[in-house]
This record gives sequence, C-alpha cells and structure tokens, in this order.
Amino acid sequence: MAGMPILSLVTFLPLVGVLIILFINDDSEIAKRNIRMVSLLTTGFTFAISLLIWIGFDTSDPGFQFVEKAEWLDSGISYHMGVDGISMLFVILTTFLMPLCILASWDAVQTRVKAYMIAFLVLETLMIGVFCALDIVLFYVFFEGGLIPMFIIIGVWGGKRRVYASFKFFLYTLLGSVLMLLAIMAMFFNAGTTSIPDLLAHDFPASMQTWLWLAFFASFAVKMPMWPVHTWLPDAHVEAPTAGSVILAGILLKLGGYGLIRFSLAMFPLASAEFAGLVFTLSVIAIVYTSLVALMQEDVKKLIAYSSVAHMGYVTMGIFAANHQGVDGAIFQMLSHGLVSGALFLCVGVIYDRMHTRDIAAYGGLVQIMPRYAAAFMVFTMANVGLPGTSGFVGEFLVLMGIFKANTWFAVIATTGVILSAAYALWLYRRVIFGVLEKESLKAMLDLSPRERAILYPLVVLTIFFGVYPAPVFDVTSASVDALLSDYSAALDAARAAADVAMTAN
Amino acid sequence: MYHAIVFLPLIGALVAGLFGRSLGAKASEYITSGLMVVAAILSWIAFLTFSFSDSEAFTVPVMRWIQSGGLDVGWAFRIDTLTVVMLIVVNTVSSLVHIYSIGYMHHDPHRPRFFAYLSLFTFAMLMLVTSDNLVQMFFGWEGVGLASYLLIGFWYKKPSANAAAMKAFIVNRVGDFGFALGIFGVFVLFGSVNLETVFASAAADLTGEGAEGVAQAGNVMNFLGYQLDKAHALTVVCLLLFMGAMGKSAQFLLHTWLPDAMEGPTPVSALIHAATMVTAGVFMVARMSPLFELSPTALTFVTMIGAITAFFAATVGLVQNDIKRVIAYSTCSQLGYMFVALGVGAYGAGIFHLFTHAFFKALLFLGAGSVIHAVSDEQDMRKMGGLRKHIPLTYWMMIIGTLALTGVGIPGTYIGTAGFFSKDAIIESAYVGNNAAAGVAFALLVIAALFTSFYSWRLIFMTFHGKPRASADVMHHVHESPQVMLVPLYILAAGALLAGVLFYGAFTGHAEGEHAGWYNEFWRTALFAGPDNRILEEFHDVPLLVKWSPFIAMAIGLVTAWYFYIRSPQTPRNLAAQHEGLYKFLLNKWYFDELYDFLFVRPAMRLGRFLWKRGDGWLIDGFGPDGVASRVLQTTGRVVKLQSGYLYHYAFAMLIGVAALVTWMILGGAV
Repeated sequence: MAGMPILSLVTFLPLVGVLIILFINDDSEIAKRNIRMVSLLTTGFTFAISLLIWIGFDTSDPGFQFVEKAEWLDSGISYHMGVDGISMLFVILTTFLMPLCILASWDAVQTRVKAYMIAFLVLETLMIGVFCALDIVLFYVFFEGGLIPMFIIIGVWGGKRRVYASFKFFLYTLLGSVLMLLAIMAMFFNAGTTSIPDLLAHDFPASMQTWLWLAFFASFAVKMPMWPVHTWLPDAHVEAPTAGSVILAGILLKLGGYGLIRFSLAMFPLASAEFAGLVFTLSVIAIVYTSLVALMQEDVKKLIAYSSVAHMGYVTMGIFAANHQGVDGAIFQMLSHGLVSGALFLCVGVIYDRMHTRDIAAYGGLVQIMPRYAAAFMVFTMANVGLPGTSGFVGEFLVLMGIFKANTWFAVIATTGVILSAAYALWLYRRVIFGVLEKESLKAMLDLSPRERAILYPLVVLTIFFGVYPAPVFDVTSASVDALLSDYSAALDAARAAADVAMTAN
Repeated sequence: MYHAIVFLPLIGALVAGLFGRSLGAKASEYITSGLMVVAAILSWIAFLTFSFSDSEAFTVPVMRWIQSGGLDVGWAFRIDTLTVVMLIVVNTVSSLVHIYSIGYMHHDPHRPRFFAYLSLFTFAMLMLVTSDNLVQMFFGWEGVGLASYLLIGFWYKKPSANAAAMKAFIVNRVGDFGFALGIFGVFVLFGSVNLETVFASAAADLTGEGAEGVAQAGNVMNFLGYQLDKAHALTVVCLLLFMGAMGKSAQFLLHTWLPDAMEGPTPVSALIHAATMVTAGVFMVARMSPLFELSPTALTFVTMIGAITAFFAATVGLVQNDIKRVIAYSTCSQLGYMFVALGVGAYGAGIFHLFTHAFFKALLFLGAGSVIHAVSDEQDMRKMGGLRKHIPLTYWMMIIGTLALTGVGIPGTYIGTAGFFSKDAIIESAYVGNNAAAGVAFALLVIAALFTSFYSWRLIFMTFHGKPRASADVMHHVHESPQVMLVPLYILAAGALLAGVLFYGAFTGHAEGEHAGWYNEFWRTALFAGPDNRILEEFHDVPLLVKWSPFIAMAIGLVTAWYFYIRSPQTPRNLAAQHEGLYKFLLNKWYFDELYDFLFVRPAMRLGRFLWKRGDGWLIDGFGPDGVASRVLQTTGRVVKLQSGYLYHYAFAMLIGVAALVTWMILGGAV
C-alpha cells in the first residue's frame, strides 16, 4: 500500500464515475437507472477506499500523512496533498454521506438525472480536495470550485424560489472569496511559498496577521455561516433538493470551520487571540438569536437550517476558545453535525417526497402510520438537542467546557442554547409526529421503504455509536490538536516575551 | 454482577423496543419484567454483601468515553453504600411497577413500546446512580429526562400529554443548564470530573494546610466578571449543581412540570415521578456532599428551597381534586423535606426519607392507579366516594400508604411506619440544624406535616368513604384489580410498614455515643460530613415537644380531614366560598404557570418572531443581499435578464476567471 497515492485516488475516483456517466447518452428509464447505479457504486467504492486512509492513519503522528507532492507548472505552486488528524475525518465524512445522498435522490430527482449525478460527483471530488489540499492555491481552487456544482444543484433542481436562493448564496460567498483571494496573495508575497505546511511554520508579522485574519474570516464566516451573514443558509436549504441540503449542511458548512482551524487559528495565532472576543460575541448571538428564530419557523427545513446556524455557533466558539476541550469539541461537533443535520434533512426529504410540502402545519400524528420513521426522527431530534448518549452531546459539551475555561459570561449565555434547542426541536417533533392523525391526505402515507431504511438506519447507528464511544475520533484528532495548540500558545508566549523585551528596552 | 444489574434493563428495553412488534406484547412484557426482577434480586444481593462487608468504595470500569486534553471521562460504576441503596430502591420499585403494568396496561395496544420505555428509564436511572464521574451522571440525568418525556407523552393523541411531556423536558433542561455549568466549574476548580479525584482534592482543601489553602489560595475562578477565591467558587459551583437538582426534583420555581407530568400512565407516575427520577436531585446533592459540606451558603440555600417547597406544595395539595395531582404535590412536598435534611447536613436522614418515601409513595400511586382502573379511568375525586366496600384490598393498601406518608408512630419508641422514622428524623434535624434557614425550615416542615396529614386523609375520605358520587354505570363496573396488580401493592405495603424500623439504625443511627447505631459502618465514606457537622449526635436529643410536634401536627390534620369530609361535608365548601381568593390562589397553584407563560414563553416567541421578520428579513437581508441585488437590478436590470441559466454561466465564468487570475498572479510572482 505504501506509495499508493491514496488521497488522489479517493479525490478523483468520483470523476471516473463522471466519465462513465458521460457515455450514457440516453434518456430512457433504464439509462437513468444505470446512471444512478454508476453513481452509487462510484461513491460507495470511494467510501470503501477512503476507509483505508483511516485504517492506515498513524494516530501518534501529529503531522501530515499520505503526503503526495508534484510540481505544478514549475511555479512554486505544487500539487500537494496530505491529511492530518484534523482533516482526515472530514474526508471520511464526505465519502460516507455521498452514497446516502445518491440514494436519497433515487426517486426524488427525475429530471436531468445525468447532469444531477455529474454535479454531485464533481462536488464530491472538490470537497475531498479541500480537506486534502496542502497547497493554499490548490485549496482555494477546490474551495471555490465546490460552489459551482452547489449553485447548479440548487438552481436547477431546487424549489420555487431557487433563483433567489442561489443568487443570495452567490452574493454572500463572492464577498468572502474575493477577500480571501487577496489574503492568499499577500501571504505568498510575505512568506514566499504557497505550501500549507510551510505557511504553518511561518511567523507572520503581528500587524499583517490582523488583516489576513479578517480577510480569511470574511470568507469562512460566510461559509459557516455566522451571524449576521447567515441569511443565505435558510433560503438555500429550503430551496435545495434533499441531497443538496444534506451536503450543504453536512459538508459545505464544515469547510468554514475547517478553514478557521487550519488557517485562522494555526497561521494567525496573535490575531486569533485578539479577535477571540469578537468571535465569541458573534457566536453567542448566533446561538441565542437563531434558536429563537428557529422556534417560530413554520417550514420544517427552515427550522433545521436555523438550528444549523446555532450549532455552528458552538463550533466557532470552541475553535477560538483555543484550548483542548474547545478545539476537540468543535471538530467533533462538526463531524456529529454532519451526520445529524444530514440525517434530519433526509428525514424531511422522506415526508417531502410523499406530501410535497415542508409546511409544519400540514403534518401531525405521523407516529400512527410511520412508527419506524418516528423512531429514527426521534433519535436525530435528540442528537440535535444534544442529549448525552448521542453524538450531538459530546461536541456541544466539550465546546461549552472549553468556553467556560476561556470566559464564563459567554459560557453561560451559550449554555442557554441547550434550553432553546430543546424547545424548538421538541416542538417541531410534537407538531409533526405526535397528535391525532386528522388530515385525510396523510393517512395513505407509508412508513420507511427499504431504500430509506438503508439511508437512515446507518445514521441512527452512528449517531448513537459516536455518542457512546467517541474515542475513535479523539484518538485521531488528539495528536494534531496537541501540536496545533502548543504552537498556538508558543506563538502567544513569544509575542508576550517580545513585548516585555520591548518594554524593558525602553 | 454490577454489569448485569445495570445492563439487563437496557437489554430488555432494546429487545422490547426493536423486536416488540414481532415478539408480541406478552413476550415483551415477560422479557422486560423478567430481566427487571433478576436485576432487582441481584441488587439486593449486592446491597447485602456490600453492607455486611467492610469493603471501601470501589470502581468498576466499563469502557472509555471522552478524552480531551486534561479531561478523561470513562464509563464506570462507583460502588459504595449510597450506590447500593439506590440500586435496591430503583430496581425494586421498577420491577414491581413492571409487573403491575402488565395488569394496568392490558388494554393498551402499544405495550411493547411502554415496557421498552420503562426499562430504558430504569437503565438511565441506574447509570445515574452508579456513575463514578459527573459526566456519566449527566448522561443518566438527561437519559431519565428523555424516558420521562417519552412516558409522559406516551398517549400521544392527547394534546395535554404532549404539552406536559415537552414542559417536563424543557423545565428539566433549565435545571440541566445549571448542572452543566456546575460540571464545568468543578472541572475548572479540580481539573477533573471524576468523583474520586474531586473528593480527594476537596478533602485536602478541608484539612490541614488545605484549610489555609482555601482561604489564601487567591482567586481561582472568574465567574461572570467576579474574581472568586476558592471558597466562593465552591459556593457558586454547588449552587449551579443544585440548580440541576431543583429541576429534576421539582423544587420550588422549577416544580411546574411535575403536576402536569401526571398525564402519563399511572405506573409511570409511581416509578418516575415519585420513587426514583425525582429523587435524583436528592441523590446528587448527597453524592456531592464532600463539596456541599465546604459551602455553608449553598447548604443554607438548599435548606431554604427545600422548606419552601415542602410548605408550598403541601398548601396546593390541600385543594386539588385530581387524585394523582394530590399525590404529585405530596411528592413535591416530601422532596422538599429531603432537601431540608441535606441542607442541614443530615445526609443520612435525607437518603433515609428517599428510601422509605420510594416505598410508600409508589404504593400510593399504584393504589391510586388501582382506584382509577376500578372506576373506568376517572381521576376526579369529586366523582368517586364510597369505594371502600367495592375495592377493599386497594383501600387497605392505600390506608397503609397514608399511614406511612403521614408518619404514624409512637414517638420515643420503635413502633411506627416508615415515614414516621424518616420524616421525624428530618424534622428533628431541622430543629438542631445550625444554618440560618434551619429554624424557619423546622416551622415550615411541621406545618407541612399538618397539611400532609390533612390532604392525605382527605384523599382517602373523598375516595373511599361517604356516598358514591360516580354514575351508576361506573359503579356497576367497579372491580378489584387482578392479582398481578395487587401483589406489587402488598410488597410495597410491607416496605412502607417495615422499611423504617429495619433500617433506622443503619441510615441515621448515632455515629458515636451510647446509642451508637451502625451509621459509620453502614455509610463508610459514601456520605461526607465535615468535622463541625455534629447533627447526627444532636438530633437524637431534642426536647420532647419537638419529638412530638410531627405527631401532633399529624393528629390535627387527621381530625380536621375527618371533620371536613366525613362529619360535616359542608364546611370545606363554605370555607372555599368565604375565602375565594385564597382558594383560587391555591387551586391555581399560586399562578406559577400563568406567571411563567407571561415571563418566558410569550416573550421568547415574540422575540423569535421579531428577530426573524425584522432582524433577518428587514435588517440583514434588506440592507445586505436584497438591497445590493435590487441596486444591481436597477442599473443593469434592463440589459440582463436574470434567468436562472444565465446566472450560472456568470457564476461559472467568474470562478474560473478567478482561478485563472490566481494562477497567473502567483506565476508572475514566482518567476
């Protein structure tokens, strides 16, 4: 296995599927079926291969592993791939969610199946690329490139207001990416390299860090999304097809969090310490504000979208708490949220496929005809609420603990989120699942089909498994987080020492 | 063995929950109940072997859980006297409730689900009481909350049941908010959340150089802008932890969910909302006694809240007409007693009352269930009456429960029901307690004892005596419950009569001196009392009047109830008419629901809507993307048709352009 370029293999394998699909030039039912089959097999196979990364991963090594490097255009930019404990599990999360998305689109998408599947497979390549890229230009290309298939997915297969939604999405992300592009150029001029490992070792001057941090933050904050640049997310989710929502919530939001750890915290420690208060403030506003807004939503998807914003608030807080519990918690929260919010959107997809409405008021009493669905939805609701024993708890708890160490005010306000999340999530559950089954239209609904069970049951199992036994995740992340935090505090100490020297010199 | 005790109920829950429909209801009932009985027998074996041994507390590791930096939390059981006492309480009541439910629920189409929930609850409760660290305790804590939510809302077609379930979960979450912050505080103060480490470190603070350490350590925690030294930090942590206990044990201010929780099936009320879950708060404070002992302020607060709850809930119980709500308020009130005991430092007495209360309150609830079962699911006592002749066995069981709850016994002797020993111990402890709230607490508890006696006998008289007020049709169907429901009642009745006299010495006996009980041998290190805590010696030697005060209060309550509901039934009606304001105030539970609705629920919703429509819709979108978009459209709108297809071409072109630009820029830079 040694020497096999496994990261490139995993990254570009979906493109092989695209190639095959391109050869299916037919609009018949059989052709559609074949396209779906090819996509499923490709993504499934990619997931299987990606597991080899986890198996071969050396948990004691804090650095980058499976590194591949090739010069690109003889320009200093290189095709440089590798994963460490922070990024590796996001690769697995991506490859894991993809086959589920393909399955979820099996019957729901009937128009332009070929283009749809191609968009998804290209999206997978780009997203895996983001997490594997060790060259900042490569990162940028993957990072921004991933938006294109997402625009298309929302804009072509979306709901009624898809144009508005994708336009909003576009406008927000454009703002961020331009600033990030400028920052990347500035970094290159200062450090003379685009290699991420080299940049991580490079000390940027304090004043420069501030500007670079702000530029990167603009981009990542939009992606997370943080308050007040979050309003694209509810619209994008509402209009996106189910699988689009799953990827959006499950992976795309994590790009921002990953970026904040990899770039903001690791490369600009001084600025991170300086701006931690700002991030905390925006995060607690996000948690309380969006939770309250979620409480009043009448659209299932919008409610879950707002709850995503609140949950991402925990992530940003945890990262800039810059202690072990905070960063570990943030990473875990992202992985868990990838599973749980993905699962919640899939759950919404299940009833949307049957009723073609996302209006909460249109449902009620589903437990009587869909007990399996009700049970699965209950597990995900509880995970969303952060009940101990589900994966949602571990991340949230660690983050809050990390914040408590950093600043109790923010911890107390953020912890009110556990009350609010219980309120909106249980109220949603009550209105959709419990009650008397009165509406005639609902009575003919069937419980989960075998395909839907194949999608949701693995997620149920993983949600509980990682809640009870999260150790596999922490084993992977601990060495890298250790290294990250010791670099971080070393940089702060150095700056402080330098300031002291300057003081005494005067 | 401990693995079996904890995990057998989980296995039962999983089997009934996952395969209940294919196994059928009967099989699910027998499997879950059978496993529970096995677990209960094992718990008694564990209890007896542990209490007759001289083993120190020990830990049974199970599995890794969360490791992050300095935080290392595992799944593990801490076995000491407190744990084994809770094991027998939980598993005994739970197995009896399982068996009883076979009879009580036999009409229900969803029995597998019901039994799965019951067993799941038991598992979570066992995880709570066996936890060797605070995070696992939190797991059990929220786990029982989930089970309670599911069981209160078991009859999901009833909107009131759904509302009550949500309310229970959310109010408990308010408590959990404090508990979680308390855990964080413990971690900051002690660098660990494992009980062993925390207690050892707390003990070091107390003795020798540590004591000076407490005073001189300087600021160890910054809480909400206040720099706290260690003593104050401990007080903050204890108060936060106690907030969790207030939620779970339905103490004053966070009590509103418990009466509503009576929407659940009656066996659930007996198990969760009387005997076990609601006592989790008491257990937690007792478990954390090494910390609470270091904070007199926190203990005073605990005493105060306990006393207020005992009094408040008893007043509301006086006028309720729903048979289950009367018992629910009684539970709330009795939990207040337990907290008073903890607050004055008589941890043994608090746990003793928890132990005896589990028997007689479960008995009363299951008895009430038997009554409800007999009168075709009627719960309003105004529509009962005269049932004594029709369901004599249930009647006598309820009498035993009432005798135990009201604490009938002869002061100064060892003759009495379970409640006599434990409740009197608490009242006497409150009398000798030396914190600021103890005096008031003593007075409130004696008054509450009077009320307890009144509402308990009122319940008996209204239900069983007098003329039947139910319709002839209902009366025609009145029947005694089947043996499967009565046998659990007999066992609980035996507990309600004997638990006091048998375990009195062990739970609350003298630590030293001539009457030396087995207190120290029994509890060993499970409960911690500071060097200044002499309450165990002192409360045995109180003035005679104090010893008799609960008895007198009980007698007055009984006579008044007899006069009001047997001798002169007009009197209560006249009184209610005379003091209509007070009556309404009590009947509406001091208007707490209305107050909270006004203070929290409505403003939250209004704020949510405001932030959504005005914040997101008007402010952010209006000045952000929509504003920009409309500006752009104004200038270019006539030229460019913003059709979806075009937009994507733009997006595409833009991004490729950007990518090309970067490449070019950096190429240029590198050359």
